[in-house]
Amino acid sequence: MIQKLVISLKKQPIWLILLGMIVLSSVFIPGFLSFGNFSNVLVQSAVDGMLALGMTFLMINGYFDLSVGTVMGFTAALAIGLQPYGLFVAVVVALLAGAVIGAINGFFVAKAKINAFIVTLGSFIGVRGLIYIYTGEQALVGDIMEFGMFGASSFLGLPTLFVIMFVLMLIAEFVLRKTPHGRYTYSIGGNIEASENAGIPVDRTIWLNFIICGLTAAAGGVLLASRLNAATPTLGWPDKNLMTIAVVVLGGTSLAGGYGNITRTLGGLFTFGVLYNILNLLGVQSYYNTLITGIVLILVVYIDAHIRKNKVSIG
Amino acid sequence: MEETAATTARVLEASGISKTFPGVKALENVSLTLNKGEVLSLVGENGAGKSTLTKVLSGLYRTDHGVGSIKLNGELVHFQNAKEAKDHGLITIFQELSLVKGLTVAENVFLGNLPRTKFNLIDWHTLREQTRNILAEMGLDISPDELAGDLSISKQQMVEIARAFTLGAKVLIFDEPTSSLTETEKEILFKIIHTLREKGVGIIYITHKMDEVFEISDRITVLRDGKNSGDLNTSTAKLDDIISLMIGRVIDDYFHKNEAEKGKEILRVEQLSSAGLFKDINFSVRQGEVVGLYGLVGAGRTELAETIFGARPVTSGKVLIEGQDVRIKDTGDAVRLGLGFVPEDRKEKGVVLKMSCIENTSIAKLPWMSNYGFLREKEEKEIFKEYKDKLSISTPSPQQQVVKLSGGNQQKIVIAKWLCLNPRLLILDEPTRGIDVGSKAEIHKLIAKLAESGIAVIVISSEMPEIMGVSDRIMTMREGKISGEFTGDDITEQNLITAIAHVN
Repeated sequence: MIQKLVISLKKQPIWLILLGMIVLSSVFIPGFLSFGNFSNVLVQSAVDGMLALGMTFLMINGYFDLSVGTVMGFTAALAIGLQPYGLFVAVVVALLAGAVIGAINGFFVAKAKINAFIVTLGSFIGVRGLIYIYTGEQALVGDIMEFGMFGASSFLGLPTLFVIMFVLMLIAEFVLRKTPHGRYTYSIGGNIEASENAGIPVDRTIWLNFIICGLTAAAGGVLLASRLNAATPTLGWPDKNLMTIAVVVLGGTSLAGGYGNITRTLGGLFTFGVLYNILNLLGVQSYYNTLITGIVLILVVYIDAHIRKNKVSIG
Repeated sequence: MEETAATTARVLEASGISKTFPGVKALENVSLTLNKGEVLSLVGENGAGKSTLTKVLSGLYRTDHGVGSIKLNGELVHFQNAKEAKDHGLITIFQELSLVKGLTVAENVFLGNLPRTKFNLIDWHTLREQTRNILAEMGLDISPDELAGDLSISKQQMVEIARAFTLGAKVLIFDEPTSSLTETEKEILFKIIHTLREKGVGIIYITHKMDEVFEISDRITVLRDGKNSGDLNTSTAKLDDIISLMIGRVIDDYFHKNEAEKGKEILRVEQLSSAGLFKDINFSVRQGEVVGLYGLVGAGRTELAETIFGARPVTSGKVLIEGQDVRIKDTGDAVRLGLGFVPEDRKEKGVVLKMSCIENTSIAKLPWMSNYGFLREKEEKEIFKEYKDKLSISTPSPQQQVVKLSGGNQQKIVIAKWLCLNPRLLILDEPTRGIDVGSKAEIHKLIAKLAESGIAVIVISSEMPEIMGVSDRIMTMREGKISGEFTGDDITEQNLITAIAHVN
């Protein structure tokens, strides 16, 4: 059991890095080691985690989606703005909108064979336009108080939003490991031609993963809306899209596809979360936060690449 | 030996070249000489070592440690990479051309040493002028300002030759240069080769086409199984001599003739055509029968197989499976109909290198391997275990990534991937390419066993002993058409070579 744990830690160095960060911060940074602080990290990770979840599917599949942050902003606005029709309608429409945008992205990539960068860049720009049109460039405030209370609530002592994300991540990891769809995803990401040769439904799988990505981005938008009980037209602007990819990459899922899992993404998510938290506690200005985040991303991926190069012969 | 005269004219002298890959001796003590202004044909069957030798000469491969020597103009050279070979004037024109398609002809010709003005900018005027001169010198009608990507393949090839020329080529190696050329384009190429020869360039010409050997070359070097098998003067050589030097071996007894009972017809192809690839193909394969598809690279064999398997669109014609006209739209349809396809590029199309042995074995069966959406992992493991034993796949662990297995074991996994689906028809494209001799024999045995178990088998191979050893019936393809069909005693080297090549 312990041996197994050691092996998987070695395979996923992000968890070692995270552990080191937590230990060092606990010793040296006052106020770090407290339940309140951890709870804070968790609640802030919940939304990013939802986005990273869908992105992980897509990246293992060998693709990525530049529009998740924008989709999150749009669906947050829908979840707030549609509240006059009832909370249920607001949430369902928001989720559907995410799935539809994902389906459109997926159609153009999987069926029309257009480069994913171009397609999702287009929806990244276009959906931002939808947000401005829908909100009239105004901030929206929710009038269902329960929605906001839900966003601030706890479940078994943990932030509810985090629990939702975590449960979905467990399911996602299960899907990736135990279902044909999960296996197709790895296989296509690993070698699309061999997957084609084996007769597995390549286009459908890619399409489905774009839908999953859109749907989880929408779920992230709904969670964010409930945390704020409000939405502004600039939510997710400008760098949420790429930060989501950064989280997944930091976890160790390969941009080349065919490799990675949700556990890694969770590690990447926590590492960024803890890093932000540390910088906050240290009172570092937010501009420096961003700079340091960038440096850490490159550094960790560099270290990871080095470790892997020494162990496995494939890139 | 007439030492003095010959050595002064000698531009290239390679001797004692050996190259070993894991499990395969690709070249063993091979020698080759080339004189100034001489065209040397390098011939041999697939796998005889022609490409390996080319790659050694052009610096892409290094010879086995400390063995053999290469002398260029009498000077001993040790190329560490392709650039060094180029700098010494030894240039290879590969089948895959290497022009930058978005640049002009002139830029391509001088790529890497573009003329500069005194401000270190590109001197366009000189560039065009010089390119025009070179093209004129070679008798080519190509504008220096055209984009390389807009040219026909044949013209691109000529631009590449022009580039070699500006680099001061002393030795030029052509690797099957006519494989994608028309007859007229070939004539132009041959004219250029004559021009180069007159200018004193030594030329090594690799080909499968015997008529070209006689038309263009002064001398012929034959390779067989990675060794020198003979040197001939073209003027006195006879086709039969060359062929017997190329083959010169008996069909080894490790080929297991298939004794299987031939059952009902599984596959029938009627007037199948695919625009630009192959035309009006008719044939059928019965249960328990092994049909060989023999031909040169580019004859359309792989394309035909991929079309039957749904990986390429059909232009016209029909594919019938057990008498039923089936419209196979994609590979998924083919798999559901009981077809399997072992592709020639194992690493590109056959296996997912990062995935495990188990995962690669079950991959095609996944659609039938789940309960309520969950994979039956236990069954997956059992399937692998079953085929690991049946095909004697050797791997340290079922979880091993296939990237770490030998080519032979990878190939067995690709075959296992289809066998676990109980296919009706299995197509194997170059099933033993890049596989060591021992595993080759195993795969040949396996093919016979597959037929005995009632599967209809199509084997595509460029290796004559292989195709002769495994097939009940051989169809030859040439330029997208079936050019012959042979059974029983008609299956001879002579017949096959005649049917695939332009032999008059």
